[in-house]
This record gives sequence, C-alpha cells and structure tokens, in this order.
Amino acid sequence: MKKILISNGHIIDPANNTDHTGNVYIADGKILAVNEQITDFSADLTIDATHNIVCPGFIDLSVRLRDPGQSYKGTILSETTAAASAGVTSLCLPPDTSPVIDTQAVTELIADKSEKANYPQVYPIGALTHKLAGTELSSMSALKQAGCIAVSNATSPLSNLLVLRRAMEYASSHNLLVMLHPDTPSLSNHGCAHEGAFATRYGLPGIPEASESIAVAQYLELAELTGCRLHFSQISSKRSAIKIQQAKKYGLKVSADVAIHQLHLTEDDIEPFNSSYHVLPPFRTKKDKQSLRESLANGTIDIICSDHQPHDLDAKLGAFPETEPGISSLETLLPLTLQLVQDNAITLSQGIAALTQNPAKTLGIQSGTLTQGLAADLCIFDPSLSWAVNNDTWKSAGRNTPFWGQTLKGRVTHTLQAGKVIYTL
Amino acid sequence: MTNLQLNKEGKLKHFLTIEGLSKEILTEILDTAESFASMSEQKVKKVPLLRGKTIVNLFFENSTRTRTTFELAATRLSADVLSMNIATSATSKGESLLDTIHNLEAMHVDMFVVRHAISGAGHFIAQHTAPHISVINAGDGQHAHPTQAMLDMYTIRQHKQDFSQLKVAIIGDILHSRVARSQIQALNTLGAKEIRVIAPKTLLPSHVETLGVQAFNSIDEGLVDVDVIIMLRLQKERMTSALLPSEREYFKCFGLTENRLKLAKKDAIVMHPGPINRGVEIESSIADGPQSVILQQVSNGIAVRMAIMSLTLQNNTETL
Repeated sequence: MKKILISNGHIIDPANNTDHTGNVYIADGKILAVNEQITDFSADLTIDATHNIVCPGFIDLSVRLRDPGQSYKGTILSETTAAASAGVTSLCLPPDTSPVIDTQAVTELIADKSEKANYPQVYPIGALTHKLAGTELSSMSALKQAGCIAVSNATSPLSNLLVLRRAMEYASSHNLLVMLHPDTPSLSNHGCAHEGAFATRYGLPGIPEASESIAVAQYLELAELTGCRLHFSQISSKRSAIKIQQAKKYGLKVSADVAIHQLHLTEDDIEPFNSSYHVLPPFRTKKDKQSLRESLANGTIDIICSDHQPHDLDAKLGAFPETEPGISSLETLLPLTLQLVQDNAITLSQGIAALTQNPAKTLGIQSGTLTQGLAADLCIFDPSLSWAVNNDTWKSAGRNTPFWGQTLKGRVTHTLQAGKVIYTL
Repeated sequence: MTNLQLNKEGKLKHFLTIEGLSKEILTEILDTAESFASMSEQKVKKVPLLRGKTIVNLFFENSTRTRTTFELAATRLSADVLSMNIATSATSKGESLLDTIHNLEAMHVDMFVVRHAISGAGHFIAQHTAPHISVINAGDGQHAHPTQAMLDMYTIRQHKQDFSQLKVAIIGDILHSRVARSQIQALNTLGAKEIRVIAPKTLLPSHVETLGVQAFNSIDEGLVDVDVIIMLRLQKERMTSALLPSEREYFKCFGLTENRLKLAKKDAIVMHPGPINRGVEIESSIADGPQSVILQQVSNGIAVRMAIMSLTLQNNTETL
C-alpha cells in the first residue's frame, strides 16, 4: 500500500497532547510516525500541509444519510461525499431510516452500501425499541453483532419510563451505549420554536426548556438505577447542561453532545417564517447559547456534532410550522467550530478534541487520534481559507441551512480514511 | 421579512402583519377608511376604484363574518370577487397550497385574501406568488389578523381621538389569539399609553411582556381606569385541553360584568371581535349596552378593508 508523507503541517492531536509543526508518516493505511524524523521513507504521495492544520479525522455522532428510505433527500453516496469534504472520517447514522435500523438485515444493507460508497466509516446506531415505537425492546444483541455501535430511539418519543428503564438495563447487559434525545413529548406538544419571545411574537407553538431538562433529569435517574452507559444527544438548554454537570461531578458515566448550530444561533437570529431555521431542539436564548459554550469549554459537554439533516426542497417549502425540522450541517461543522475559537469560547485544541478524541471515547473506538499504529484517519484544513456557501461549493443533497449564501472561514483541503485520500479540495 | 409588505417606495403592497409598518402607514389606512365610511350610508354604495380587478378570497379556515365583509368591501370597490372555501386537509402540504396559488395565478387574478390555520401562511403565499398579486392576511394561525386590528383602531379613533392618552385592556385567550397580537402591535405603533392583557397564566403566552404589554391575572386589577376594553372570544376546546376548568369558572373570574365595568373609566368603550359567547366572556346587558361598540366594529370592518384593498392594489405597480 501507498506511503504518504504529510509535511510541515501544524499537527494538533489532543489525545497525545501534540500541538506543533511537523510531519506525519503513513504506511499501509496506518500512522507510522508523527513528527519523528524517519530516514528511509520514500513517499508515494507527499501532501504539503504548510500553513495548514493536520488533525485526526472528525467523528460525527449524528448524520442522517436519508438512506435507506428517503433517497429524494439524500443518499449514502451523496451524504458521505459531503462528510468526506467536511473532514469527517467516521459518522454515526441514527436508526430513523426507513425501514428502521432494528434488524440485522437493515444494518447489513447500510454497511454494504457504505462500503461501496468507499467514503467515511458509517456506524449504524440500532433502534432502542422495536420500530422506534417505544413499547417493545429491539433485538439489541443481534444489532450489535451486525455492527450497530450504540442504540437510540432517535427523535421518536419514549414516554413510558418502564420501557425505557428495561431498554437501558437490556442495553447495558450487552454493554451497548444508549444515546438519547432528551424530550418530554407531552410538554413539547408538537411545538416548532423555543417557547420565548420569538414564538410569542409570531404565534408559533412553543417548546419550553423544561421539556428537555425534565427528560434529562429522568434519564439521569434511570442511568443511575440501571448502570447503563448513557449519552445525551443534542442538548440545547442551560438547565440540561447544569443537570449533566452535576451528574458528572457525582460520578455518573454520562456524556453529551451539542449540535454545532446551537452554539451559534438563538431565537433572536431566526428570520421570521424562514424554514431554514426550523430545527429541533429549537434555537433557544442567548443565555442558553452562552451556557452551552461554557459547558463545552469546561467539559460538561464532551462532543460537537453536526446533527446533519438534509432535506429536499418540498420539505422546507411551506409555512414555518408545517415544514420539516432539521439543518443540513456537515459542511458548516468545521468553519463554525473555528468560529468558536475565534470568539474565544474554546481553544482550537478543545474544538478538535470535541470532534475527534471525545466522540471516539464515547463510542469506545480506537480512533480520533494520530497514535502510531492506528488507522490513518486524518483531516487537513486551512483555517484561514474563506469560502461561500453556495451551489458551487456545497456537496450535500440538502441545501437547507441558515448559513446559505454566507461566507465562512476554514476549509478542509484533504481527508484521509485509513490512509486513503477520500477528499481533496 | 416585514419589508415583504412594502414596495420599492416603501408603500404598502401586501398586508400581512402590523409588525414593521410605520405610524404613517397605519394612519393612512385609517384616513382612507374614513373617506369610504360615509359612502356606506349613500344610496349607491359603489366606487369604481378597482373596476376590472379580480380578488380571490382563499379561506382555508371557515369564517362567515370576515369573508362576508371582505366580499362586500371588494364589491363596493367594483372588483370581481371569487370566494373559495378550501378544506385544510387537501392542502396541508406546502406544495399543494402552492399548486392552488399557481393555478389561480394562471387565471390572472390581482389579489389573494387569505385565511389559514397555520401561522405564517400569508407570508409564505406572498413570497411565492407572482409579483403583481397583492396578498392580504385575513388571519393566519395564532400569528396575525391585521385587518381586524385596523378596524379596531378605527373604532377606537372614532370614540377616543388621541391614542397617546389611552389605557387599553385586552381580556381573554391572548395565547391563541392572532387578533390580540395584531392589536397590541397596532396600539404600540399608534402610541397608546398603556396596554394591559388580562388572563389566567394558561391563556397568556410566555414572555408576553416582550410584546410591550403589562400582564394581569386579575380582571379586577387590570380594568381599573382603562379607556378601552377589548374582550376576546373563548374557544370551547380550551376546556378540553386543560387550559381552563369550565366556562362557568372562567366567567366568574374573567367575564365582563356590570360591576366590573364600573372599574374602568366612565366613558370606556367595550369591544369584541365576535362572535360573542354571551355569558362566557361578557354579560349580555353589556354587549347590547350603551358602552358597547361591537356592531360598529362590524360596519367599520367594511370601510377599513376597502381602504386596505385599494391601497395595496394601487401601490402594487408590478405588471403582469
């Protein structure tokens, strides 16, 4: 296999406390050395990374590929192409595909398709309950065997706490990570915007913060009761962050992620009735955004994910409450993370850790670092390259982003998956 | 977004919400309505202002009263009117709503008057319809009902010349009321001194104070010294969704009675956008009493809608 030299890049590998300029040597798809001088290395390919940053490939915990079942919104090919261009080398696919990821057959179909696409590693997340209906357990052991990395009920309601308790116990028996979207359906009550000044002004059905933080409190209690490894997906409010911080202090095995756009936009930023801003959980207040940023900095929130949800045009064409929620967000993941560094909310090393080392740790995979001997999953990016979000630059089939038309700073130049170049700018 | 309503010269082209409109524009509407009002009392009730124009009333939600006044207003301006009641189920998706709109566009219409159960439907149609068509929002979800708000402002102005001295109380289901949202914006734009909303917390939106109002949970405190009392209609379904225990208890706590009316200024007027639930939100004797201007609101609705229709169509200079 090819030998690759990435030369003269600014290497940031938080897991190994690496933060300096140097070379990365890759052979046989694996990291051979970082920064040591290797004498008799004749590279088949040399990538000059001068002025660029070299870091582990990003691991994204929530990427809707819309495949199988909704290929009019996106396909495994289109969305993994977008992922590769965003520096993502591994991604988790939530189970709300159609059919749902609750059988070995669906899991294998996805594995097969993603292997053919030959892009980032796709980790299917199995359904926590049968058909995500929230009433019966899924065949978790079989799902794990077929390749599911965790179990989750995606955004489908889990209103029966007894079922949830048993699902957590059962998952824990199979040493499966449980990923939950905290939500109390009877309180969010089909809302489409944060219950605050914006929803009040425009007469939109609101979702109170409590619908999330009550669920966080309940799930934490159940994690304690069942001993299950719990991960919170896409938290959006200050109160949730406080509860998770307390639980961590208390020694509970929990982790949490936040969708990148929640760290930037609030209800004040929503253009009235512009369906690109329709997302769940909804954009909340400045206070929540500030708290989420602080929680990321102090380690309460471990991970930044894209929560990528590409949509077709029709899904977003309508009056705001009628449109489908979700943002196509893979490609804005890096520039918006760099913006957090620019805003002095976190350090660059923290930002990269939240995209690499930390999700790897939560998933329990040998990845997210440039350690010698591990698969060479890498991302090289130019932190100062500005680019416009438009048809010429965009790869995802979904163009539903509030950042459409804007100019963002920071762009991936190369993505390597197991030593193979899967994207070049 | 609110600029969507204005043409390049900053004049009203669509009428979707009060938000973003200046005091001058609102005053122009009221003044224009005044010139139409006298017409209704004459033998020939028509002017040829919109002769040759086609106006389509698109009602995705039923409303006899609002639709009728829009029809009358259009007829008195000599426009051709087509009223369509469209079951919401057939057009619950944005794409089929657009199909309906584009089909009507193909018939060369000039104006859509739209009522829809979803907040933002009027904006959505205005954004996607041909530029020569003006859109008037006749009520969208819980968002806005700007023509109702303007006819209420007109009625208030008839009785209380100066807005800057007025204390206004709006009583009832503020949470679900598009009428209240538009009234509050209009009153704030016209410079009302004080706007109060009175309801139990279950019927007040969160952060209601961000709308520029003072909230009261007691009608006896809220009514003190007000010049204008606006009652809102209470929908029956509020009782089944755990927002209120019963009509009886609501009337006991928030109904407008003769005794409570005495708390307001002596010359206070009582308004209601209709239809009234007698004995639920208001005592019959008040609805029919000397301080009630409820029927004037209805007749003013025609003049105000004539004003809004003629202004928007005259300001929409886009050609077919």
